[in-house]
Amino acid sequence: MIELILPAIVSCIIAFFVVFVMTPPLIKFLEKRNLTVKDVNKKDVMVARPGGPAIIAGIIASEIVLYAFLQLNEILAIIITTFAAFLIGYIDDRKVMGGWFKPVTLAFAAIPIIVFGVYDSNLAFPLFGTVHIPVLYLALIILMIPITGNTINSIDVLNGVASGFMVIASFSLSICLFIVENYEIAIVSLPLGLVSLAFYRYHKIPSRIFPGDSGALTLGTMYGAIAIVGGVEIIAAVALLPAVINSFLFLSSVKRIEDHRKIKGKPVEHTDDFRLKATDDKTAPITLVRLILAGGSLSEKQVGLAIFKLAIFSGILAIITAFLMRVSL
Amino acid sequence: MRSGLFGYLFAMWILILVGSGIVVTILGPISISGFGELNWIIGSSIKAIVAIILVVLWILILSKLKNWIFRKDITS
Repeated sequence: MIELILPAIVSCIIAFFVVFVMTPPLIKFLEKRNLTVKDVNKKDVMVARPGGPAIIAGIIASEIVLYAFLQLNEILAIIITTFAAFLIGYIDDRKVMGGWFKPVTLAFAAIPIIVFGVYDSNLAFPLFGTVHIPVLYLALIILMIPITGNTINSIDVLNGVASGFMVIASFSLSICLFIVENYEIAIVSLPLGLVSLAFYRYHKIPSRIFPGDSGALTLGTMYGAIAIVGGVEIIAAVALLPAVINSFLFLSSVKRIEDHRKIKGKPVEHTDDFRLKATDDKTAPITLVRLILAGGSLSEKQVGLAIFKLAIFSGILAIITAFLMRVSL
Repeated sequence: MRSGLFGYLFAMWILILVGSGIVVTILGPISISGFGELNWIIGSSIKAIVAIILVVLWILILSKLKNWIFRKDITS
């Protein structure tokens, strides 16, 4: 445990500062090349996109340093899977692909985890112990990476929400990994929170840069990969519940897998003073933001804070779940 | 901030815990014998089918819960 402190500190510093230092020049580069998109929740504001390159640079730099210290195949699998997700997201940033593109290609991104064999097919549950599911677990890996990647992508709807949410969820996951005494993977997971935190500095309201699909898929996929190699799949799912609710509400109302940019009905509209309010449009999908706004109009910042409160609540439930992993009925 | 959302989150968490119990007590002990080398394939297939049924049930319960908790808010 003591020998892990130095790698942890060094990788965290690198993760934070690579993103913190690299993002401002990336914003200038994107603005110079006119790679900006309209911030739909503000009047005539254009924002640079995507921030994925800065995020992946922070992740790769910090994880390579960790690999130099720890020599774990788990780290290699996480790096390759996460980089594949970044490439998939980057393609989608440049050209809007069909609804199936991301789920299908992200399933292939999960292959390095299987090839390196860095998983335990004993699925651990709180209170009740483990179940050995060798074949089923492979399917779980193939499913989990697209789910976590797309779930974080689907919550990237307001300034700062995706990165802020990932700060809360990933630090909750790191705490849980320490609780279940998986110290090495806990250290490996820390850069994800630090990268998200550094990016949040520029993504928070008013955003100077959006993560884009490349950024959101990178964060979500790395989260899923850590959950698998750390053997904390159930805990990770609990920490991600607000984003899961968002995806679930969206899918259960739209009833098909579709990119949110291609949905015609708008779940949220603006008041005259540019506050957000839920629409009465029956063709619009039900989303987490729409439910938060059901009680009346709120500012973008207030909606973001509401989502963060839900994320903290889920994080606490995840930590309780981690303690329950140590209890057996 | 709507308290219903916290309630929905909590309900999902409880469903996960209950589902865990069902998986461990029902899915875990399933083992097939008498088919030679096909034992593990048949056993895994049965486990997969039971798991899919459980997931579908989980989604159905969540849908009902969603309609119950947010029935005033959901218009579509």
